Amino acid sequence: MTALLRTTGLSKTFSSGGRRVTALDDVSLTLEAGETLGLVGPSGSGKSTLARVLLRLTEPDAGRIDFAGTDFTALRGEALRRIRRRIQMVFQDPLAAFNPRATVADALGDPLRVHGLAGRRERPAEVARLLGRVGLAQDLAARPIHEISGGQRQRVAIARALATGPELIVLDEAVSALDVTVRGQILDLLVSLQRQDGIAYVFISHDLAVVRAVSHRIAVMDQGRIVEQGPVQSVVENPQSATARALVAAVPRLMRQVGEDRD
Amino acid sequence: MSLLRRLSRSPEGLAGLILLGLLVLAALLAPVLFPDDPLSIAGPALLRPFADPAFPLGTDRLGRDVLAGLFHGARASLAVGLAAAAVALVAGAIVGTLAGFAGGLVDETLMRVVDAFQTVPGFLLALAFVSVTGASLPVVIFAIALGAWTGPARLARAEVLSIRERDYVAAARVIGMRPLEIALREVLPNALPPVLALSAVIVANAVLIESALSFLGLGDPNIVTWGSMIAEGRNVLRTAPFLSIVPGLGLVATVLGVYLLAEGLSDALARRKSRA
Amino acid sequence: MSGRLATLRGLGVTYGAGPAALSDIDLAIAAGERLAVIGESGSGKSTLALALAGLLPDNVRMMGSIAWEGEVKPVPGRDIGFVFQDAGASLNPVLQVGEQVAEVAQRHLGLNWREAYAYARDLLTQVQIPAPDTVLNAYAHQLSGGQRQRVAIAAAIAARPRLLIADEPTSALDTIVQSEIVALLERLVREAGMTLVFISHDIALVSGFAERIAVLHQARLVEAGLTADVLRSPREAYTARLITSHIGLDTPRLVGAPA
Repeated sequence: MTALLRTTGLSKTFSSGGRRVTALDDVSLTLEAGETLGLVGPSGSGKSTLARVLLRLTEPDAGRIDFAGTDFTALRGEALRRIRRRIQMVFQDPLAAFNPRATVADALGDPLRVHGLAGRRERPAEVARLLGRVGLAQDLAARPIHEISGGQRQRVAIARALATGPELIVLDEAVSALDVTVRGQILDLLVSLQRQDGIAYVFISHDLAVVRAVSHRIAVMDQGRIVEQGPVQSVVENPQSATARALVAAVPRLMRQVGEDRD
Repeated sequence: MSLLRRLSRSPEGLAGLILLGLLVLAALLAPVLFPDDPLSIAGPALLRPFADPAFPLGTDRLGRDVLAGLFHGARASLAVGLAAAAVALVAGAIVGTLAGFAGGLVDETLMRVVDAFQTVPGFLLALAFVSVTGASLPVVIFAIALGAWTGPARLARAEVLSIRERDYVAAARVIGMRPLEIALREVLPNALPPVLALSAVIVANAVLIESALSFLGLGDPNIVTWGSMIAEGRNVLRTAPFLSIVPGLGLVATVLGVYLLAEGLSDALARRKSRA
Repeated sequence: MSGRLATLRGLGVTYGAGPAALSDIDLAIAAGERLAVIGESGSGKSTLALALAGLLPDNVRMMGSIAWEGEVKPVPGRDIGFVFQDAGASLNPVLQVGEQVAEVAQRHLGLNWREAYAYARDLLTQVQIPAPDTVLNAYAHQLSGGQRQRVAIAAAIAARPRLLIADEPTSALDTIVQSEIVALLERLVREAGMTLVFISHDIALVSGFAERIAVLHQARLVEAGLTADVLRSPREAYTARLITSHIGLDTPRLVGAPA
């Protein structure tokens, strides 16, 4: 079975102020339909650049992306726009991800309008349905985005990503800015949606514990390269690369006694 | 409108709103309160202010009513000021937005054009243009806009460049919105408010430049403006200073009102953002 | 070392016309202890840090009191060091970082500039910055997030304050740098006998070094006690929720084997 997403040799270099920074260096990954690939790494490892390249927000300097058997990197214009229905993204900062003047209904209406999924009359019903899927009350539709809580905003962001019925959603540090008591609910929601719709996720985070909780497989990045990848349990229990070992060691542990468990 | 409400909550905004409101009212009511041509001779010459109840602010060397001149002058000054500011804002916003979106060679070229216009002082530019083209109201408006469009252009470009990098613009691209849609729905409505806040200052400048042009005899000769009144009063400055002072006070009130309003506007905009 | 450093009695803070940011806080801070203040957004934890440091803006309404040991109100910068969450914003972008660290010594320790710079170099070594001579002349934007935070810590401890307040100092850093910064802070306060008040949203992170934990929720102090007690038997439901929300490497996963 062909993988849903396959990247081959992705590379990207930025030049800023005379310096060249290698953000991605020969990145090759695969992702099967309905599964979650966790992407972890310290800051500056290239995770966010990879997210932007996967969504074609930035063009890679080299390499190729195959999505559902099509050469995704070669698409332009209308063809690219059509495929965008099938790949969506949830950003880290729920507030910055929305037009400051938008209401919840505006934000959810955008993908419906752009892809002709619901005419003006059917839109309110479809917006209500999406709100229901992410566990939000219908009366939230008329509220401005900046007036609702951070957790609610991220649910709206997920609802917006769901609107076009995508097969793949890239989540770039999607729970990092949320309160811990809210975080668990959002993770539960994501896992439940995956089970219902068979959506594949690329789950990016610098927090290995969160990635382990929701991913099937993990890829560890450092300075633009993939230094280790494999099933979650093996990478976490038996890290081979220095980066993975450092990430495992850095996960905060609940010490119920001060000084206990000091490795 | 909630903007008005927020504006009235700051003392500067309220003061500016009231002051400008009175001036606009004066301008609108001028033909009603003073139906005769203000350039026509209405009474004895060089009457002092408050001497004759028929001419509360006195008359000038030819016997023209100063109060009528003040009100009609308000019309001219405000009309020219607002019109010139509107032209400058629209032209500047278009150029700035274009440069911000296009980037590369287009951006560079447009910014060099902006630089060229900015190196010449706005007043001299207006002066040169009117001298060459001849003085009439549309020409004066265009001449003033020639110097004033560069500010909005730079600001619009800066806003567009900053907003382009925001997550919500990236989100719009990920959804699949077309570039034109993104520009009109996501970027422009968020880029324009700071540019509009600039408009108050542009109006004030335009009013001053218009008065200076009239003072030099380069304004439209068929209408009364505060500048032309000041120029008229120059000849009898020692014996009848009120002829120049009264229209001068009108200018002061306008510029003050505009600056206060601009303060209030930026306060109101900042308060909205901080609540978010 | 026993002895009270500060006592908060009925402390309340309200900004402008909104709801109270802090309400009726009773908390004692012992000299030399490592106290963690845990809360989520809107809990008032940052307001508490700012109130302790005397950094609240002028137009706040404050109720209750903060009583300091010896009745002497501490001087910010000299008696209290403050580390902010965003080191990039707390460092002046147009001054070299060495100058910013040296300035604290020059101003509060009365050193001349040459002595202050030498002292600053020592501090940078203490906070484990490699190549301190180069970094002395660097600007904030030339350093990584972790290095900036180390510089900020150096500036905060330069005047050898009794109290070091760290307001979410690692929340903007990745987990690897976070654990290094936390270890650094713990070592520095132990060696200097400083009192540490560490503000965070991550109860597991602080459990490794805090002696006491105070939990804030919606402007109120919900629970305070020894770390071991709070974690083993939390008295409040909210504290229990915070603890169960922690996701660690032994928390049961939410997904099973790949389909």
